[in-house]
Amino acid sequence: MGNVVSLDSIFGLGQLAPPAVMPAAPETASGCSSSSCGSSDGPADMDPAVWEKVKNHPCYSEEAHHYFARMHVAVAPACNIQCNYCNRKYDCSNESRPGVVSEKLTPDQAIKKILAVAQEIPQLSVIGIAGPGDSLAAAGKNTFATFEMLQKKAPDLKLCLSTNGLALPDHVDTIAQYNIDHVTITINMVDPEVGAQIYPWIFYKHKRWTGLDAAKILHEQQMLGLEMLTSRGILVKVNSVMIPGVNDEHLLEVNKAVKSRGAFLHNIMPLISDPAHGTYFGLNGQRGPTAQELKVVQDACEGGAKLMRHCRQCRADAVGLLGEDRGEEFTADKIEAMGFVEYDDEARRTYREHVESERAGRNASKAAAQADVRESIGFTVDPILIAVATKGGERINEHFGHAKEFQIYEVGPNGAKFVGHRRVDQYCEGGSGDVDTLDGVLAAINDCTAVFVAKIGGCPSKSLADAGIEPVDRFAFDYIEESALAYFKDYAERLGQGVVQSRAGQDAVIRTGALTARRA
Amino acid sequence: MAYKIKSAECTVCGACEAECPNIAISLKKGTYVIDPAKCTECQGHFDSPQCAAVCPADCCVPA
Repeated sequence: MGNVVSLDSIFGLGQLAPPAVMPAAPETASGCSSSSCGSSDGPADMDPAVWEKVKNHPCYSEEAHHYFARMHVAVAPACNIQCNYCNRKYDCSNESRPGVVSEKLTPDQAIKKILAVAQEIPQLSVIGIAGPGDSLAAAGKNTFATFEMLQKKAPDLKLCLSTNGLALPDHVDTIAQYNIDHVTITINMVDPEVGAQIYPWIFYKHKRWTGLDAAKILHEQQMLGLEMLTSRGILVKVNSVMIPGVNDEHLLEVNKAVKSRGAFLHNIMPLISDPAHGTYFGLNGQRGPTAQELKVVQDACEGGAKLMRHCRQCRADAVGLLGEDRGEEFTADKIEAMGFVEYDDEARRTYREHVESERAGRNASKAAAQADVRESIGFTVDPILIAVATKGGERINEHFGHAKEFQIYEVGPNGAKFVGHRRVDQYCEGGSGDVDTLDGVLAAINDCTAVFVAKIGGCPSKSLADAGIEPVDRFAFDYIEESALAYFKDYAERLGQGVVQSRAGQDAVIRTGALTARRA
Repeated sequence: MAYKIKSAECTVCGACEAECPNIAISLKKGTYVIDPAKCTECQGHFDSPQCAAVCPADCCVPA
């Protein structure tokens, strides 16, 4: 471990000291170089070739999102469709948060920014173009110009793009040519009747189309583009915006349709809707789903196309790990002031090797914890939700008051799995807690039985306990899943004794405001 | 006979520039403008003016 960049030095633990003894990597990891382990730590149900492609991509692998960072460059402001959840004064809201504007870049500026960020953030593994309009509108000129330069200047970074699919069939060959092996298509419907309620118009073949015609063309282009990509072995993630009363139940049909055409992942995201954003849905009072409504649809799609639940609906200029945005540190002015930036991938290589050694053996340790739970309590107790304060590395390593989001794990006899995240306002600013903010946190994790933290103060601890959510700091700096299983075992025993009560039936609030939290 | 861009409503996305068959649209001082000498309202090229059809802010209008 001598020459390894430790997670703590990278994440900057602030006033929190790491424990004296970090859990050691298992014996099997020693002497195992990054690639010779093959897929030993990949999921059992995944083709090793696919795992190799996704294991370091935070948006395609739930596990990778604990370790790796992405960066979006906003080089594509033009769009070719209008969505009812989008106000084009701002960014596209299927890939960006409404109410905030990305800093638009030329391809040259984008390259300089990428190289500068890559030097500062060794976790960086992926460069994506998600807008702020559609990456393939206006013939995708800026998108492909950026990727062409990037491929030459920083070949170790993975490329991906995100599109509404309308222009996709025209560009599949170019996408393959630039080795873009991850593409996200936003597909909200497979029935034009539903589509007509979401898309007022599209621009296609030099004409503006409306109503059913527009939705039908968009649908056909999306399905064709999806089939063309998957037949070339390009991984496709499908994003769907869940709009209650419009496409919520219909998303099961979408899931089946995209799975049958080879989509790798399906990401169902909540509608972000607020009158202040000036969108059609925002102004006519269309609401977004609650946390449990979203989870019900996601759970119903389980067993179809693989579901993704760790999406943060990032801005088109987001920088950093998925739960954070370090874009403020890399504005155009600051990049300009940096002068010439060289390409050097040493820190990134070292970091990737470190992650490989961390990962080795994790599957076995998770399985052992799960077997222990099954053996001692069987299948008699229903799964529970646990909120976790983390800054990455699959560990419980964030202070309650510093968390800007909580990751939600469902844990039960079938194991612990990540099922989502809840954005909150940071409770502790400058050393003191804010009562209103605490209420917001309680509402965001109200369906959880416990909250895992590295540390928590006495006051919020009491409020949580009063609300029926147990604050737990005894697993500080340990791995999340193993800790969740250990907690569940203990919880099941206490439930049997009548000491604790089940929180089944509780719901929580999904925060829909713009991402305003800056990095502390 | 030409179109113009209402600059107060323009989001500077550049969708119009990419569609214009006459290369009449360009970025000047942070906003897109149509050169009236080059604009034909797309007659002879397409059924309708392309800038108006693609504009997300509906701010390309007859001058």
